[in-house]
Amino acid sequence: MTRPAIEAEGLVKHFGDTVAVDGVSFVVPEGSVLGLLGPNGAGKTTTVRMMTTLTRPTSGTGRVAGHDILADPAAVRRSMGLTGQAATVDELLTGRENLRLIGSLYGLDARYIKRASDELLERFSLAEAGDRIAKTYSGGMRRRLDLAVSLIATPPVLFLDEPTTGLDPRSRVELWEVLRELVSDGTTLLLTTQYLEEADQLADNIVVIDRGTVIAEGTPLQLKDRSGAAALVVTVSNGPDLAAAEALLRPHVREVHVDVGARQLTAPAEGLGHMTRVAGIFDESGIVLDDIGLKRPSLDDVFLHLTGHRAEQRPDDTGDETTADSAEEMAR
Amino acid sequence: MSTLERPEIRPTGLLTQAWAIARRNFLHIRRMPEMLMDVTIQPVMFVLLFAYVFGSSIDVATPSGYRAFLLAGIMAQTVAFASFIVAVGLTADLEKGIVDRMRSLPINPAAVLVGRSISSLAHSSIGLVVMSLTGLVIGWRIHTNLFEAALGYLLLLGWGFAMIWVGIWVGSAMRSVEAVNGVMFATMFPITFLANTFAPTDRMPTFLRVIAEWNPISALTQAVRELWGNDQPLADGAALPMHHPIPFTIGWIVLITAVVAPLAIRTFRSRTAD
Repeated sequence: MTRPAIEAEGLVKHFGDTVAVDGVSFVVPEGSVLGLLGPNGAGKTTTVRMMTTLTRPTSGTGRVAGHDILADPAAVRRSMGLTGQAATVDELLTGRENLRLIGSLYGLDARYIKRASDELLERFSLAEAGDRIAKTYSGGMRRRLDLAVSLIATPPVLFLDEPTTGLDPRSRVELWEVLRELVSDGTTLLLTTQYLEEADQLADNIVVIDRGTVIAEGTPLQLKDRSGAAALVVTVSNGPDLAAAEALLRPHVREVHVDVGARQLTAPAEGLGHMTRVAGIFDESGIVLDDIGLKRPSLDDVFLHLTGHRAEQRPDDTGDETTADSAEEMAR
Repeated sequence: MSTLERPEIRPTGLLTQAWAIARRNFLHIRRMPEMLMDVTIQPVMFVLLFAYVFGSSIDVATPSGYRAFLLAGIMAQTVAFASFIVAVGLTADLEKGIVDRMRSLPINPAAVLVGRSISSLAHSSIGLVVMSLTGLVIGWRIHTNLFEAALGYLLLLGWGFAMIWVGIWVGSAMRSVEAVNGVMFATMFPITFLANTFAPTDRMPTFLRVIAEWNPISALTQAVRELWGNDQPLADGAALPMHHPIPFTIGWIVLITAVVAPLAIRTFRSRTAD
């Protein structure tokens, strides 16, 4: 069960003088989820295009479900599904016709396609929209249809290139649910994302790439641990109490950072027991607290720590899909 | 662990795959019938415009007059525009990522192009039917036998086939549908007009006349006119292709295909595989 479903071995891709991917390797065990995390133009899409046989690597190779991407691309295509960056559904076809087109190109039996289409449309909440042309779909519906189309042949390995780019928060959470279901059914997933939260939510392992190289990898937990210790954060309810709270806390910690605006004291954490003791002390002191707790560094902090620059802007502005496209387009 | 049913993926042939893609292109036409305008309203408009507006001042010596002379020319032009249809469709599919999606499937990479060719030939055929019906209404007739009539249509479709490769080439090289429109308008219109399509070449200035008579589309038009009995006697000094239009047309079709098809495939490959 833990044999690798996806392996990349020193993938390199040059576009003229531009080095888009510079020696990327990773292994994705069967039934797990790998998040390929990185900012715009980091080489995520190019890596996926190489692994899905759309682009030939300059050097290096990879295997999907045991098939070499260079030696046996046809077998690779039979064992994987791909949902690209832009939802590549045919706008003039209905949802059902989109499924039928791809199903028949896979060489699936017509009756099977009909049955599987019904199931997929149902599962992706598109049953009612199934006979409408995709042009009338919302962004979220198109993404779901795109994913459904990738699943018509039930491939054991699925590549998703920025599956939630441009989706509103609700559609994103819905899509995550669907992806979790797929994984629990045994599908291996590789997804690229620039949303740190998404990688944290879905991935068993994360590979962080920046400027074409892997700069870190591990579980979300490991990555968070790597970028420094957790912090103990105390928030007082009333601003004037802040000085008293600081005096109370100082003997029990190594250092204290005071944030007056947020009415917050931050100190290096020293474990759960320590936090409980500090909580007890405040309880006895009568200083009213809004909150006391441990804060792990976010993946944003991790990224800053690893690369020295912030990860790209959040998904909410719709402009960033085009930016991602044009960045890699230019590299081409 | 896998609890899902994994269906059997049967290997299919190129033609099955191409047909599935062509069927999808037909569905597009059904959803957007205005896509047929270039082989229906536009050529009919041209027929009427030339037959009634310009035609009265163009002298030809064919038995049934200018309208009969005109029809083969407009058909040749309409079929030449097949390249336009292919290029626009292909660029749109490339732009939208549809081609990549197809290429990620276990199919022959050529299926996308073959499918496009099939639907384009069907598209051109619709145009030929519409043109023929319009022609019948305004007095055009085929005066020869069934074999020659069929050969005329066959040459037109062969020409359409060569034009498909031009379309694939342009479509693969251009980055947007707007760019395709620009390039095709700027080239196809002059090429299809600087010929014997709408007016006889013998009264053109010598320089233009040579270009026009060596223009491949003139050989095609002349061949079709001869095959259908719509031709006028050759004027003195007509260039070689006008004397042997049928072999020249076949030669042009073979030559254009032989030169452009490898270029088109190479451009398509480098556009998609990199």
